[in-house]
Amino acid sequence: MIDKLSWMTIYPEVVLLIMTCVIALLDLASTSPRRTGTYILTLLTLAIVAVLTGFNASLGKTIYGFGGMVVSDPMGNWLKCFATLALMVTLVYGRPYAGDRGMLQGGEMFTMSLLALLGMFVMMSGSNFLLIYLGLELLTLSSYALVALRRDNAVASEAAMKYFVLGAMASGFLLYGLSMMYGATGSLDINEVFKAIASRQVNHQVLVFGLVFIVAGLAFKVGAAPFHMWVPDVYQGAPTAVTLMIGAAPELAAFAIIIRLLVEGLLPLAIDWQQMLALLAIASLLVGNLAAIAQSNLKRMLAYSTIAQMGFMLLGLVAGVVNGNTYNAQFAYSAAMFYIITYVLTTLASFGIILLLAREGFESEEITDLAGLNQRSPLYAGVMAIAMFSLAGIPPLVGFYAKLAVLQALIASGQGIYIGLAVFAVVMSLIGAFYYIRVVKVMYFDAPVTASTVSAPRDVRTVLTLNGALILILGILPGGLMTLCANAIVATLAT
Amino acid sequence: MGLLSLAIWMPIAFGVVLLAFGRDEHARGVRWVALIGSVASFLVTLPLWSRFQNGTAAMQFVEKERWIERFNIHYHVGLDGISFWLVLLTAFITVIVVISAWEVITERVNQYMGAFLILSGLMIGTFSALDGILFYTFFEATLIPMYLIIGIWGGPNKIYAAFEFFIYTLLGSLLMLVALIYLYNKSGGSFDILTWHKLPLSGQAQTFLFFAFFSAFAVKVPMWPVHTWLPDVHVEAPTGGSAVLAAIMLKLGAYGFLRFSMPIAPDASHEWAWLMIALSLIAVIYVGLVALVQQDMKKLVAYSSVAHMGFVTLGFFIFNELGVAGGIVQMIAHGFVSGAMFLCIGVLYDRVHSRQIADYGGVVNTMPKFAAFALLFAMANCGLPATAGFVGEWMVILGAVKANFWLGVGAATALIFGAAYTLWMYKRVYLGSVGNDHVKELSDINAREFLMLALLAIAVLWMGLYPKPFTDVMNASVDGLLQHVSISKLPKLP
Repeated sequence: MIDKLSWMTIYPEVVLLIMTCVIALLDLASTSPRRTGTYILTLLTLAIVAVLTGFNASLGKTIYGFGGMVVSDPMGNWLKCFATLALMVTLVYGRPYAGDRGMLQGGEMFTMSLLALLGMFVMMSGSNFLLIYLGLELLTLSSYALVALRRDNAVASEAAMKYFVLGAMASGFLLYGLSMMYGATGSLDINEVFKAIASRQVNHQVLVFGLVFIVAGLAFKVGAAPFHMWVPDVYQGAPTAVTLMIGAAPELAAFAIIIRLLVEGLLPLAIDWQQMLALLAIASLLVGNLAAIAQSNLKRMLAYSTIAQMGFMLLGLVAGVVNGNTYNAQFAYSAAMFYIITYVLTTLASFGIILLLAREGFESEEITDLAGLNQRSPLYAGVMAIAMFSLAGIPPLVGFYAKLAVLQALIASGQGIYIGLAVFAVVMSLIGAFYYIRVVKVMYFDAPVTASTVSAPRDVRTVLTLNGALILILGILPGGLMTLCANAIVATLAT
Repeated sequence: MGLLSLAIWMPIAFGVVLLAFGRDEHARGVRWVALIGSVASFLVTLPLWSRFQNGTAAMQFVEKERWIERFNIHYHVGLDGISFWLVLLTAFITVIVVISAWEVITERVNQYMGAFLILSGLMIGTFSALDGILFYTFFEATLIPMYLIIGIWGGPNKIYAAFEFFIYTLLGSLLMLVALIYLYNKSGGSFDILTWHKLPLSGQAQTFLFFAFFSAFAVKVPMWPVHTWLPDVHVEAPTGGSAVLAAIMLKLGAYGFLRFSMPIAPDASHEWAWLMIALSLIAVIYVGLVALVQQDMKKLVAYSSVAHMGFVTLGFFIFNELGVAGGIVQMIAHGFVSGAMFLCIGVLYDRVHSRQIADYGGVVNTMPKFAAFALLFAMANCGLPATAGFVGEWMVILGAVKANFWLGVGAATALIFGAAYTLWMYKRVYLGSVGNDHVKELSDINAREFLMLALLAIAVLWMGLYPKPFTDVMNASVDGLLQHVSISKLPKLP
């Protein structure tokens, strides 16, 4: 018999799972190539789930269920809520694109993405190594299938293969690391592991050995250099709608398991993993920013930009524990959380534009395909420009405040080396600014290749405009989201 | 919403409305809305003037609201004698720029006008911000409209110029961001600039802060040797862009020295004053010589801007009242004069589509009214008494002589160079017999251009003949600043 508290922790997941099955079954009856019915039902489901998780999050309570296997805390619930919203936006942007390419026939795109979301939910609320791993597998297996959705397309199939092989290896790394932890501490429960390590009764060498594999596995998942090889290929090769599906919401899940594993489970080893993350961050900032300059393919450029942005986000995680003191932790981790949420918001807008410009038989993935967009449609050029300036970290857009929070966390540590890291990150974001404003240049300064205006379905137009506006509004008033992240992290650290 | 907020947000609101106008079929309406917006935004700054109290160094029209609680960041704005005139100057120049673009800009009019109005509000915000992050937000946000202005409506090499402008100035200001966060942590969690003024800091910290701020502001001013972006950008920017850049944006940097570097790191400012003075003198003398040999009118005025801004920084770092007040007066005067010079070049460029001095000659024969205005502005650029250019330079030179006789001599020689390059350009472009067919076909300025130049001419003459309103406003604040800077912030030795 499952007790009431346990139900409380998982009822959004239950709703999601039931609806996924219902949608998969109902879709069998549908033959329309655009799957409008399935689409609306999916959005409705996601809206309900977003409300449920948002409601849970606003309660601000931390509840453990199933004997500590599952946790429902503000951080997990907010991330679930945002991931659900991100998936909704992704589906809105992606449907015309997928419909043009016959990817909606069969309706797998909807069920697969819902299952991927379920995987993310499990990752976000897992408080147990095994459960987190299961969630991760559910997410990644669905993602592999999504990337391979265009079976007849050679590039997409190649991307799916690469994604599968490298992703499987990363999962293997993670699992191996987790098994070392289990071997050393004798528990799969994150809180038990924490206690065991904090008691200093455990062989440190084994722990660090396992830690290396865990960090490497996580680095694969977020796409941090030098484990970033799959990111550009998969971003470029996957159908753009799927690129957005694996590039937006799952980043939130990856952040969640970083916090669950490294902070909630392995905080006593912070000195070790902070060093590793710092190196990953430096490498990501270097590789991402420098390689992005050389790209002419917009999706590939955004892939390298993702690597660089993840590097910046990781910097927020390295400054949590200073000299064994966790005073700075809430600032550092909430900065990283704010960073990742705003990054997802911005990514949605930029890929939304690419999806919008793609037409039947035309992918619009080259940077030059954006030429003269301002003359064709000032609105969409404006949205893209806002996204690019935000990624570059120019105020008053939200990307700046995300960078500000991370830099503040680094400098607040008062350590010379962290201040040096901050300066390095700042210099790298200058290089980053170059390729972001190059996109703006192409849209505003170059002459358009075609004079045709850009038309979009009403739902895409509305959501895209809101998305762009939100990047600006959150930039002018970032306080609310920052406080939300801070409270969520404080609640997580308190347990 | 207070008066000062109105002055900041009104142009921005008008700018956003203009952006929503869409395509060029409404160009006529767009121009009128832009004019109404800029004039209204200028008019709301006038009550600031009538209500400004001269006798105090304290901040006036202060508004303070919580903005980002997490980092104790406030929407905190206010004006003192240092920033006051810069706000009015910004609003005034924006009106002029809107008039100057009237029939010249025909493509994407709403975006052009919108960008300038938003830019105006952002710059007023920069001058009034009393919170470090608020300042940085406004300071950096100005890059976006200016980047687009240069890139969309600029000359043949506009893309290079736009990138150079963006990257160069961003590089400087990012280090300032690190300094701001450092100060936040040092001060126990405050981004309040006035709190930072009182914060005791060790010599090492002050040196770090001084150079971090230096990297941001020196690029913006620009000081030698980081001035190289300015001529490139000026040449390619559209007329309005050049005017705003020279008249106001450069002042953001100079203003930063007064608001940040000197009061926050007074000991380092004294310690490194020799460097600042040396760089300023090089700008004044060497860049003055460089201006002499330019073939391109815009480049010449751009180099002359660098030289004139050298006077400003020179005045600041000799740490006496005449010098600092002279520097501020020079900032305002240069705003009027350089803006006017670029607009004059714009008038010629609209007709002949060339900026080369060699393509002109004898313009006075076909455009007598215009030549008269140009002469006035050229004289002001040389620093002729009774024009705006004279007052500030004279005060700075007096201040320099007070500090060190030879310094004064060095600065004074610059006046000669200034006269040389300006008058020589004037002679080659305007005087003599008609140079070629293009010049022969020139038509004199129309009513719109007359209005725009006349407004500037009134400002230049008024400031030259009766500078008292300008200096009265700033005296108390300059005294306050100098008193503050003279007290060491170093921790006392036991």
